[in-house]
Amino acid sequence: MLKYIGKRLLGLIPVLLGVSILVFLIMQLTPGDPALIMLGPKATATELATIRHQLGLDLPIWQQYLRWITNIFRGDWGYSIHYKQPVLDLILQRFGATMLLTAAAMIIATVFGVLAGVVSATRQYSFADRFMMTASLVGFCLPVFWLGLILQLFFGIRLGWLPVSDMHSPGVTALGDTLLHLILPAFTLAIASMATIARMTRSSMLEVTRQDFIRTAKAKGVSKHNIAYKHALRNSLIPVITVVGSQFGYLLSGEVLLEVVFNWPGLGSLMVSGILYRDFPLVQGTILFVATVYVLVSLGVDLLYAAFDPRITY
Amino acid sequence: MDDEKVVLGEGEQEFLAPEDAQTYEDALLQHDLEEDLAADQFAQRSDGAMPEAAEDIETVSMWRDTLRRLRRDKLAVASAILLLAVIVISALAPLIAPHDPYTVVLTDRLKPPFTPGHLFGTDQLGRDVLSRLIYGGRISVTIGVAAVLVALAFGIVIGLLAGYYKGFVDTVSIFGLNVLNAFPYILLAIAIIAALGPGLTNAMIAISIVGIPYYARIVRGQVFSLRERDFIQAERALGASDWRIITRHILPNCISPIIVAATLDVGWMIVMAAGLSFLGLGAQPPTAEWGVILSDGQQYIQNAPYISLLAGMMIFIVVLCLNFLGDGLRDALDPNLKN
Repeated sequence: MLKYIGKRLLGLIPVLLGVSILVFLIMQLTPGDPALIMLGPKATATELATIRHQLGLDLPIWQQYLRWITNIFRGDWGYSIHYKQPVLDLILQRFGATMLLTAAAMIIATVFGVLAGVVSATRQYSFADRFMMTASLVGFCLPVFWLGLILQLFFGIRLGWLPVSDMHSPGVTALGDTLLHLILPAFTLAIASMATIARMTRSSMLEVTRQDFIRTAKAKGVSKHNIAYKHALRNSLIPVITVVGSQFGYLLSGEVLLEVVFNWPGLGSLMVSGILYRDFPLVQGTILFVATVYVLVSLGVDLLYAAFDPRITY
Repeated sequence: MDDEKVVLGEGEQEFLAPEDAQTYEDALLQHDLEEDLAADQFAQRSDGAMPEAAEDIETVSMWRDTLRRLRRDKLAVASAILLLAVIVISALAPLIAPHDPYTVVLTDRLKPPFTPGHLFGTDQLGRDVLSRLIYGGRISVTIGVAAVLVALAFGIVIGLLAGYYKGFVDTVSIFGLNVLNAFPYILLAIAIIAALGPGLTNAMIAISIVGIPYYARIVRGQVFSLRERDFIQAERALGASDWRIITRHILPNCISPIIVAATLDVGWMIVMAAGLSFLGLGAQPPTAEWGVILSDGQQYIQNAPYISLLAGMMIFIVVLCLNFLGDGLRDALDPNLKN
């Protein structure tokens, strides 16, 4: 197992290197001169030359990359033109909000998804099963930004039960207040993943139910409840773990959209405003950061999967 | 052993005469089963040194079979009809739309749905929402289809080369795909738009690039499983060029999974394009595009929720239909997969 983890970690290096090169190159393609953006149109030629030299823009491109990546490792992620703050500070300030929303959605999606899947599988072809599977298909197809608006409209504006934007009420820092603000975006974000997890749980559980050891358990006289929960469910969760893990990327993607819908102060809205303000150091830093987190989490899921399934040997 | 069966050659099946069958439907099902059983052997035979004409006959009947199986899937048929309606209405937008989607009538601002002359009401600038949605279908559907086609073209080429030549080509391609996959999909689109600048065309380019790894992987996987099969080996032994093997034998055998994937993907491309417009990174106002209409309406969600709701509804219906159709196609193209 340790050898496997080591191997996977080593395999991570070229991917992260590729990601950093891609992010660097993408930002090199951006139209406009960063020096000009920083100084404004009134800058003189000498001023421009000075700042270009300071930023290393007069170096060959591979040297610029080396310089950039060395700075990244040193914790210097550049300086946001719009927010006038170091990029890494901005990212770390907002990272918590993004992770809170993603984690909340992940938990909701997993709990309700598995529950719905179990109900469907144990009552195959019943009304509940059909309803759940139709609902999951609908949930899967709902554009997340539209669903967000509908829930805002209904629970926030019509019923007035829940706050529809921001992470806190102005001036309030209590945890309960944040949780209240979290409900709508987290549920919206969770719906599509919940649908996927429910379908996976159902089909995985149905497959396990057809296996010999379940028949043996029935023959031994194990109760229906114990067969469903102690035998079938446990064994069907292995593929479900992979699906749950694979949802992380979708959640992060949906998150970018939802942060704008719900005015949630996370990395997604930071990145979008970075593009709209043409704040390239900020965009570059945020993209690199999120991609790195994503790669690390995906690896974590793979390892978890390996740990859970005793059939996998290394 | 039954005498009749001994006479039959290998790979041939006993046919149940339609008059013996209980219903026509049963006969069709029986026919399907026989064909599914024979499909593998048939593919191998026709892909060998058989005359071209035999291949053509097989191709035609495969599509006819698929269509017949698909016709039995009511949900898929209904979805296909609805999608066709959306396409026709979008294509004929100038003839069908009651108003110009860009004409601003400030005296008619935010009229609710069912106002005479404005079935779906008007938006904050007095533009007719129905007309904007009809014109929006043109852009959204075109973007979805175009993005899939572009992604498909690149994905197929990369997948074929990587799968067929293995070795260095494969290593490089897989590394590239892994790097692209290291980004959550919308993040990659945003990164590309950051470089190209916001706009409709750039958003389309971005989502096309995001889609490439998906197809490349599907094709590569198919090629891997096909390239060692006997009929390919036989073709190679006969001295066929790589080009001939790839285009005449490997590619046609990859078609089914590609069609299913592409059908499902058109919907996601439409959602992604609308999402980017919603963020202000795709199509820009005043363009009549579903994402833009939805995003414009968001500011008036309190007084005029119908604008955003209707635009989102259009996206949702198209995506749902494409999913039903895609699932139906998958079952029709490969009935063995149906659970």
